[in-house]
This record gives sequence, structure tokens and C-alpha cells, in this order.
Amino acid sequence: MRLARIETPVFDPNHEAETVQDYLAQQERKSFLRFLTCGSVDDGKSTLIGRLLSDTRQIFEDQIAALESDSRKHGTTGDEIDYALLVDGLEAEREQGITIDVAYRFFSTAKRKFIVADTPGHEQYTRNMATGASTSDLAIVLVDARQGVLRQTRRHSIIASLLGIRHIVVAINKIDLVGFDQAVFDRISAEYAAFAGELGFRSTAFIPMSARYGDNVTKRSENTAWYSGPTLLEHLENVVVDDTETDKPFRFPVQYVNRPNLDFRGFAGTVASGSIRQGDAVVAAKSGKPSRIRRIVAQGGDLAEAVAGEAVTLVLEDEIEVSRGNMLVTPDSRPHVADQFSANIVWFDEKALLPGRTYILRTETDQVSATVTELKHKIDINDFGKEPARSLDMNEVAVCNLSTQAPLAFDSFADNRTTGAFILIDRISNNTVGAGMIIHPLRRADNIHWQSLDIGKKARADLKNQKPAVLWFTGLSGSGKSTIANLLERKLHAAGRHTYVLDGDNIRHALNRDLGFTDQDRVENIRRVAEVAKLMADAGLIVIVSFISPFRAERQMARELMAKDEFVEVFVDTPLEECVRRDPKGLYARALAGQIRNFTGLDSPYEAPENAEIHLHTVGKTPEEMVDAIEDWLTNDEIAERQYDDGGGI
Amino acid sequence: MLARLSHLDRLEAEAVHIFREVAATFTKPVMLYSVGKDSAVLLHLAMKAFYPAKPPFPILHVDTTWKFREMIEFRDLMARKLGFDLLVHVNQDGVRDNINPFDHGSNTHTHVMKTLGLRQALDKYGFDAAFGGARRDEEKSRAKERIFSFRNAQHGWDPKNQRPEMWKIFNTRVNPGESIRVFPLSNWTELDIWQYILREDIPIVPLYFAKRRPVVERDGMLILRDDDRMKLRPGEVVENRLVRFRTLGCYPLTGAIDSDADTLEKIVGEMLTARTSERQGRLIDRDEAGSMEKKKREGYF
Repeated sequence: MRLARIETPVFDPNHEAETVQDYLAQQERKSFLRFLTCGSVDDGKSTLIGRLLSDTRQIFEDQIAALESDSRKHGTTGDEIDYALLVDGLEAEREQGITIDVAYRFFSTAKRKFIVADTPGHEQYTRNMATGASTSDLAIVLVDARQGVLRQTRRHSIIASLLGIRHIVVAINKIDLVGFDQAVFDRISAEYAAFAGELGFRSTAFIPMSARYGDNVTKRSENTAWYSGPTLLEHLENVVVDDTETDKPFRFPVQYVNRPNLDFRGFAGTVASGSIRQGDAVVAAKSGKPSRIRRIVAQGGDLAEAVAGEAVTLVLEDEIEVSRGNMLVTPDSRPHVADQFSANIVWFDEKALLPGRTYILRTETDQVSATVTELKHKIDINDFGKEPARSLDMNEVAVCNLSTQAPLAFDSFADNRTTGAFILIDRISNNTVGAGMIIHPLRRADNIHWQSLDIGKKARADLKNQKPAVLWFTGLSGSGKSTIANLLERKLHAAGRHTYVLDGDNIRHALNRDLGFTDQDRVENIRRVAEVAKLMADAGLIVIVSFISPFRAERQMARELMAKDEFVEVFVDTPLEECVRRDPKGLYARALAGQIRNFTGLDSPYEAPENAEIHLHTVGKTPEEMVDAIEDWLTNDEIAERQYDDGGGI
Repeated sequence: MLARLSHLDRLEAEAVHIFREVAATFTKPVMLYSVGKDSAVLLHLAMKAFYPAKPPFPILHVDTTWKFREMIEFRDLMARKLGFDLLVHVNQDGVRDNINPFDHGSNTHTHVMKTLGLRQALDKYGFDAAFGGARRDEEKSRAKERIFSFRNAQHGWDPKNQRPEMWKIFNTRVNPGESIRVFPLSNWTELDIWQYILREDIPIVPLYFAKRRPVVERDGMLILRDDDRMKLRPGEVVENRLVRFRTLGCYPLTGAIDSDADTLEKIVGEMLTARTSERQGRLIDRDEAGSMEKKKREGYF
């Protein structure tokens, strides 16, 4: 087996006119393109990249030797070189002959430098395809000429479009296997063009190709005489990807406040768009406070100007309040500042997105708790149809409304790929579970303001001579929550405390009567009761919440809703077998008979608390003993001491 | 007409951004410093990122006790010159057991002195983020790694389950005990590194420049006999040859190349016509198939 080589200009040390410095200067002037390869499994993405690297002479001799021996061991191409093995770098990938995660490779030609992301085709690894697409300006969508446009072809095209990619190459690959037939090429091209019409691509090039044999990759194929367009490499070298970030309004997300001493306060960050000069007027986006640029600090001496893409440190004329997460912007064209907006969301996690659940939302430099308040609709991958949805599963795309705990400064993603994007992070696992592209702020965020009231929480609580608290009971159905809660309230009441018990069943009779027992409804059930508990604590009450509350994420949400030290989680820990045995309402019997679905502990999960303030093991104990245990804890706890420092005790 | 950023400007800005992101979001970051050319660039970028302040984190060198002597001299010189906080960690268990590349082989030596040494140091200080100078063009499994690469509490990397990494929005959240390895040079190539060293006039260890040095040919590699811990095998002779190094590591595991490139320009010129990759001179990547990935899963950089 021999590797085909084409002649690309490389540095020639014997050539008199060319010094290393000249060569490097020329390298510096080259333009730059980041692209990805995507498409369905086995359409030849990795093979194409291997071919590109090999034909542009980016591969060293020792790597070729390794490739030849790997091809014999793991290759899927018989006696020939298996180029995919150049990029499938993980053991699992080589063993299974598939791509799991995105690989980044680098190559350059006389005209351009390239970073290419080779992304996986399997649906389960869509998140890795999105990772590669998020930093690319062009996508090569591979289509197997024998298969035509498949579901993953559509999914990847939609995701590329949503992530802001405006240039597409449709590589109709394995054209050798359909006898280099123009009719096949024309049919697939027409099919793709028809479906991609709505995706807003500025350029779409169709190229008949054989990545394995190199037809139309870097050299024109004699087998496709009917094709008069450019080869893939020619197209990649010449496609105009407008770099318009610098022409947009100035945006500078503040990343880090550099304050080595009292005399220096610099705002470090990367210019997201536009440009800035010394003396220019700016405002802090969130407060609207104005100032001017005094210095643009850099190690080698101050700069007169900074443009999009540069990482700089700005010093302002005035001491205005600016911290990480805020943005310095041009006063003439400001971003939105809002706590509600709509966005496209791509979901990555195996656990579905549930409206009402809080996630951590992160922009380039800001971070805030956020909830999807409404799933407007899912996007059907096949026909872009709008499908109603109550949750969003892995790899699905939807338009959502979101609400954040504090206002964000942002632009729409269509206007700015940097200031209009965010990710969602799971609060428990810290995994990145979704990516979002902001569409627009919601009007209602503009029209609703906080009314300030003269009587505060402290005044209300003082009148009752107590400190408010939320005692949150969680545990399986039949674990004894309600019994213990009831007894605890009686004792507190007798001691002159102002209390209220929010009981799961009671609340479902009225406020939450519209909710069922699916995961989505359970999340909303807890969200509402947590908000009610917060209002009651604000009214100065000691609130006892007795809800199964099966999910850690929602209990965490409730905890964070309350003031610090106000929330006490009480885990009423009764083993499932014991609950089944007690079965006070006969529910387990019916659930086990298949008459009730989504029953916690049986066919719906219960996530036990890991760090509850109070952990009650109920087996073999009386409710009175449980209440005593809670009282002991409260008396010993700092909260309780402060709570009852008037000597009231409980 | 506004200036367009050059390729190196872009790479520099990206790395600076990454440095600042870590400083802003982690409680206890550290920068791993291996004294080689990539570390030199990393250090230079860290100084830039926080100017006029010093980098707000210490610099850690995991010393295997088998580094070239010139590397150690250079490391201490740089620490004095730039005034950064240098931590040096040696795996004392390995020293006690006299672990060395000659008797135990490159695999065991690297695992004990480097991988375990690094894990000890990270645990000892409780670092939650560690910068490294690895590049994606170095090796196939590195080409797959995120810029912010999550490690579990045992420092392990799970290549099949990496966090998505969208745009420049980095997920820097970890639970207690977990950490992130951060690679600001992910998108740099070997050529970019040399080009940048040339452009910015960054000091590097003299071993990169050609000079007559005492070398022994062993297992197809030219090994510099840096001290007398290296015993000669029968038939081996020490020759004074004009050589230099493309990469630097433990001296018994790092092969020199015949070269007369004694200036940066000549090094770059030589690199541009090179027919083998830089890691070819490294024994540790070759000792078993998929070896880099395996080491990384165990906690190696």
C-alpha cells in the first residue's frame, strides 16, 4: 500500500529567496477556517479527514507507519490504508470502528489554515457533534450516495443551522459505489436543497466524492467528468466566510477583575464584537452607568485600539460598579437586560429537561439559576414541524421560555453568537445538559416590577415573637411524614408558635389539582409548594412541608429559595417494605396490582437525601420519639438558638 | 479599516481567555510546568493574561529526579527572573524504592514518578484546576480531549463520557474532590509553538539548540548521558555528537536528533522539513498500543 501525495508548496530550505522569517510571515497572513464534518454513521467522515490530512501532507512518517500497522489490525478496508484510524484516537473507537467523540485536527495549505472537527454520527453522541459545531463556521455534511438523506443528515443540518453555521458543503460520498452516476448525485442534491431551504444557509455546495479513493477531495476526478465544480479542498480554500464580528456593536463581557493593588482596577475579558479605542464612551450593561476607556492595558505597552477576538484589560475613567458577568457596551446600541426570554434549546442529557426544574444557566461569563417556564414546542427533525411537548429528551430541540433568578445582559443569538448563547448545567451532577440560543427577551419581563412594601419579613416575625423556618419533610408514601408533621405542629402550637402544615395530599386537592404524577408534574408540584412555603416564611410563619418530594434537584431548589439557615430538610426514612406493610391508604396494594402508575418507590424513582439536616429512622420508633428527635435537633442547632433566644424553647 | 487578527493573535487570545476563566472561577488553581518549550509558552501566556499583576496561582513541577540537569537549572532561573511561586514535588515513595527508568522500564518509572507523583501533589495541596501544556496535535487521544477536561476524585479521565464544550462557555463546576485539567494550548500545533517563541522571543532550555553532547546509541535512540547513573552496556560507547532535542522529558527516555540547528530560525527551518513527528523521540508513547490514553485515564497529563 502506498500513500498518494500531491504537491503542495512546502518550505524549501534550499531555495535562496525564502528565509524562515519570510515563510513565517507568509504563514501569519494566511486566512483561517474552522469547519466540521458531520452526517450519519458510516458516511465516511473520519475517512474524509484522514484523506485530507494525508493528501495535504500533514502526516509524518512515523504516523504513517503506525497507520499502516493499525490498518492491518483494526482496519475496515481490507489491504488498503484505513484513513479513519488517523482520527479515531480512542481505544473504544478503534475497536468498534466508530467515532464517539469529536477529534480536532489541524492542517494548512498555501492559502489557508484549518481546524477541523471530526464529529460522531451516532445519535447518542449528538452532544459531541454540537460541541464541534459550536466553534465552526462551515459544516461538511456527508451523505452516503447509496443511502441518500437520512434522519441524522437532517438532525445535524438543523443543529448546524441553530448553532449559527451559515456555510454548508454537502459531500455526496461513496460515489464510486453507485458507479459515479450523475443521476444519483442530482437526486440527492435536489432532495437536500429542498429540505435545507428553511435553514438559512448562505452557501450550500454539492460535491460528488469518494473519500476513500480521493475523488474530488483534493484532486479533480476523471470519473466524474460531468461535475464542473471545485474539489472539496478548492472550495474550503476559497469559500468566503464573512468575519463581521468587528463591524457589530461593541460588546465586552467582563471575565475577571484584575486588582493587584489599590491603584489599578482593570476589567479583563475578550472583545465579543465591535472594537474599542482609548477615550471611547461605554456603559455597564446591567446598570446603565456610563464611563470612558482610559487605558487598554497590555504587557508590551498600552494599545490604542482592541477589536473583536482580542483578550484585553480595560481601565475606565470612573469607579463604576462592574463585576464578572456584566458587560461593557457601546452606549449607542445596548444589549437586552432581562430575566425572561425565549430560546432554542438542544438537550444533551439522558435525564429529560423538565419545565419548572431549576438549572444553572451559564453565559460566557455570567451564571444564574434558571427555569424553563414553558416548553413552547419541539422541532420535528424530519419536517421542522412544531410538536407540543411536556419534556425534552436527549438530542431533541425545542423552543422554550426561560426565567432567570437575576437579570442577564444578552443579545439575540442571530445578532451575536457570543452574547446570545448559554449552556445549562445540572445542579447535582454539574454535567452540561443543554445548550441554548436566545431568540428574544419576553415583553412581560419589561412590564412586571417589584412593588416595594413597608412591612418586612422581620417585622412580621417579630410580632409573632419567632424566627420563620421551613421544615421540609421528605420520604416515601406511608413513611409517616404526615403523622409526624401533625404531631410536631400540635406541640409547637401549644408552645405558642405560629405554624402551618403544607400537606401533599391537601395541596393536591386545590392549588395543585391540575397536576398528575408524571416527572414533569412532580417538578411543578414541588415548585409551587416551595413558592407557597416561601411566602408563608415571609409572613413570619414556621412552615412544615410534608411532601414525598422525590427529586433531589427540586429539594435543592426549595432550599435555595429560602433565606440561609431557614430551610431544614427532614428525611423520614422508612424502608419501602415497611411502607408497603403499613400501607395506611391502601395505595401500595393498588399500585402493586397495576392500578396506579408512576408510584414513587415502585415505578417512579425516589432520590434519598444525602445531607439532610435531620435523618429520622422510623422503624421500631413511635411518632412521639420522632418529634422528640426533631426538637432535640432544633434545640441544639444554632438556628433554633437564635430562633428561640427569648427563652421560649419548644 | 480595522486590523484582522493573525493566526497567532487568535491562539494567544484564546489561551489568555482560558487562563482568566480559571482564575475567575476556581478556588485553587495551579499551573503544571514541565520546563519544556510548551511550558515556556504557557508561562509566557500566563504572565500576559494577568499583567500588570502576577498570575494568581503557583507553578508546580513534578520532578521525576531524572530530568536533564539543564532543565532544573533553567526552571530555577525562570522562577527567580519572573518571580512566580514555584512548587516542586517528588514522589518520595518512588525515591525510597529507587524507581528508575533503567531497572523498571519507562512504563513503571513514568507511572510512579510522574502519574502518581502528580496525583500526590494535587491531593496534597487540594488543587481544583490544573493547567497543562498539552496540544491536540501531539497524539490521537489528545486530539479528542476537551480544553476543560473533567477528572473524577481519583483523577481519572473518562474519554467516552466527556462534558459537551460549547463555544467559549466553559463548565467550570466541580464537586469536592473533583478537578479540571485545563489545556490553553489545545489548538496550537508544534509549528505555532515555535513561531510564537520566535515572535515573542521566549527563553527556552538550551537543550533545544544543537551542540556537541555526550550521547549513547541505545535501542535506536540517541540518549544523552546526563550523569553516571546511566551505566553503559557492553559495546556501548559515549560519542560527542552535534545533537539537539525536539522534546524534553526524563533524559533516559528522550532521544536526541543529529542536528546543526543552533538558532531558533534554524530550528523552525528544520521543523518545517521534518519527516517524523516530535513524539517519535519519546519512548513513553510507544511502549504499548493506546498507551497515552491509558496513562491519561490513570491521571497522567
